[in-house]
Amino acid sequence: MDLATILQILDSTVRLGTPLLLACLAGLFSERAGIFDIGLEGKMLMAAFFSGAVAAITGSVLLGLTAGVLSSLLLSAIHGAASITFRGNQLISGVAINFLASGLTVLIGQKWFQLGGRTPPLSGDGRFAPITLPFAETLREVPVIGPIYYELISGHSILVYVAFAAVPLSWWLLYRTRFGLRLRAVGENPAAVDTAGISVVRMRYAAVMICGLLTGLAGAYLATALSAGFVKEMTAGRGYIALAALIFAKWRPVPALGATMLFGLLEAIANRYQNIDLGGVVLPVQFMQALPYILTVVILAGFIGKATPPRAGGEAYVKER
Amino acid sequence: MTRMPRWADVALIPLLNLVIAFAISGLVILAIGENPWAALKIMVTGALGSSYGWGYTLYYTTSFIFTGLAVAIASHAGLFNIGGEGQATLGGLGVALICLSLPWPHWSLALLAASLGAAAFGAAWAAIPAWLQAKRGSHIVITTIMFNFIALSLLNYLLGNVMRPARSMDPASARFPEGATLPTLNDMAAGLGFVWGKNTPANISLFIALLCCLAVWALIWKTRLGFQIRAFGKSEPAAVYAGINPVRITMYAMLISGGLAGLMAVNNVMGEAERLVLNAVEGAGFIGIAVALMGRNHPFGVLLAALLFGFLYQGGGELALWTTIPRELITVIQALVILFTGALDNMVRAPVERLFARRGAR
Repeated sequence: MDLATILQILDSTVRLGTPLLLACLAGLFSERAGIFDIGLEGKMLMAAFFSGAVAAITGSVLLGLTAGVLSSLLLSAIHGAASITFRGNQLISGVAINFLASGLTVLIGQKWFQLGGRTPPLSGDGRFAPITLPFAETLREVPVIGPIYYELISGHSILVYVAFAAVPLSWWLLYRTRFGLRLRAVGENPAAVDTAGISVVRMRYAAVMICGLLTGLAGAYLATALSAGFVKEMTAGRGYIALAALIFAKWRPVPALGATMLFGLLEAIANRYQNIDLGGVVLPVQFMQALPYILTVVILAGFIGKATPPRAGGEAYVKER
Repeated sequence: MTRMPRWADVALIPLLNLVIAFAISGLVILAIGENPWAALKIMVTGALGSSYGWGYTLYYTTSFIFTGLAVAIASHAGLFNIGGEGQATLGGLGVALICLSLPWPHWSLALLAASLGAAAFGAAWAAIPAWLQAKRGSHIVITTIMFNFIALSLLNYLLGNVMRPARSMDPASARFPEGATLPTLNDMAAGLGFVWGKNTPANISLFIALLCCLAVWALIWKTRLGFQIRAFGKSEPAAVYAGINPVRITMYAMLISGGLAGLMAVNNVMGEAERLVLNAVEGAGFIGIAVALMGRNHPFGVLLAALLFGFLYQGGGELALWTTIPRELITVIQALVILFTGALDNMVRAPVERLFARRGAR
């Protein structure tokens, strides 16, 4: 395997890992505040649809992005209302949101475009264009470093850089600010936070909304940067892989980067090679597709390290009984 | 606080939830420029207006009874089995392996063996998440979700590389032998001398589903194991204190749950497709969640809810046929039912409780 092939695989790793990274960080904020979210998939799908649809209608990717994020925030608000205000089952609310997105995107898509649920293909300003970083062209001829800089680091859409910047930002927000301390505390021991005079409800809504913002970016990336338009069910389980990555990363931002890029790499390899021959043993492509899930189960089983979720996760906070 | 009367808890609140869910569904239909009333009429005539419609409605109902019971029994143990989809997929594999293994002389033998195979494969697929939950504390919701995807990849591989007959292009198993063909309700009606549900897939497994309802009811409310399952689901520490083994109950509840989900394959794989295809489950595992929620985890409630969803499925198909409303409307209705009967239940419950409390105080 030569450098060019490796770079191509790594390049698609970054492309495919980015939506996972954004969704994983989204889940991280929500679950760290004690709100389980298996509705990442649905929120991404909704955002992908509205960003693709609005970008197709207006021709502006920024308007598309705004619409996508707003739709994702709306679903987050429903999840928040169900699991914070009405103290419902967070898992069931997540399941409902996934179905809601899956049905509504096709219903509205068919009504607006009559294309069987897809949106018209995007071009020009309707998509996020790749950004060529400074000196990428001039440094291209430099051996090894040049191609790495040109192929791998430069030439992605703005959302990829936003996603990577979100990792240190999330770390800083969670571990170095008062807001982050409170957010983590609300997921571990909400009663203590309440005693300190901080509103548990407000903290949890804030976390759920950050989650909506990030899944919105993830969905918009899928429809307007990775592809050129929305296709029915285009998230294809990415929300669940992000959830798996979140467990893999043990609910921490920097390992989340590693986990999502690992899963992105697996997807890139599965896309490029159908079956992998490891000297006699042939790994079928389906094995590569299932590997993120298998790895997550192994991690969850505690055979490699222990994944301990936030202690108050999944429980509604009741102030007085 | 004054307790609500039982009828309000069992009937009034689910009904109110359902009314809200359907009212919003009506608004969704209105918003996409169609007439909700006309849509409802098409659904009712299409699903219930003829024996043909009923034949399909009951076929879907059969599947949903199995997956609904699967979710319900796990819920009684306080476990959320979201893996019905994967367990039913594996159940299909069990049915296919058994049906293809022998030239079955009579359908009754094939049905017996295939039912056992379906339940065993479904239970086995639930066993690993159950064991991980019981022994290692891995959250069962996450592991069963992961197992849904692993099941899909596994089936994808097996159908594409192992079970696909030579010279066949589509990823599906060979057709089952003649002797493994289940009698449809149409055949059975013909045996009794009248015509009912011609060319519909509803088959004898409907009766297995009804028997399962009865069996689950007896298990939960009439046996020691059922009592232990309920006690464990209500309060784990109390159950453990009373000497109930948590590992045992988790395993039993999930094995039964997985077995019931697996049994669904007798209906869709053996009764309808008569070969194993990719994605044969078609989301029925997830509908089981809605069915169990609406049926309040009671087998009779599950039966009624499965009938409602069977109607929605067949009616939704008819809608897609006669109007411009896509089939996905059913997914939206399903989402709203889950949202209002499951997650937003307190939104309706609290005001009703207050109403009863005020009346009680007077």
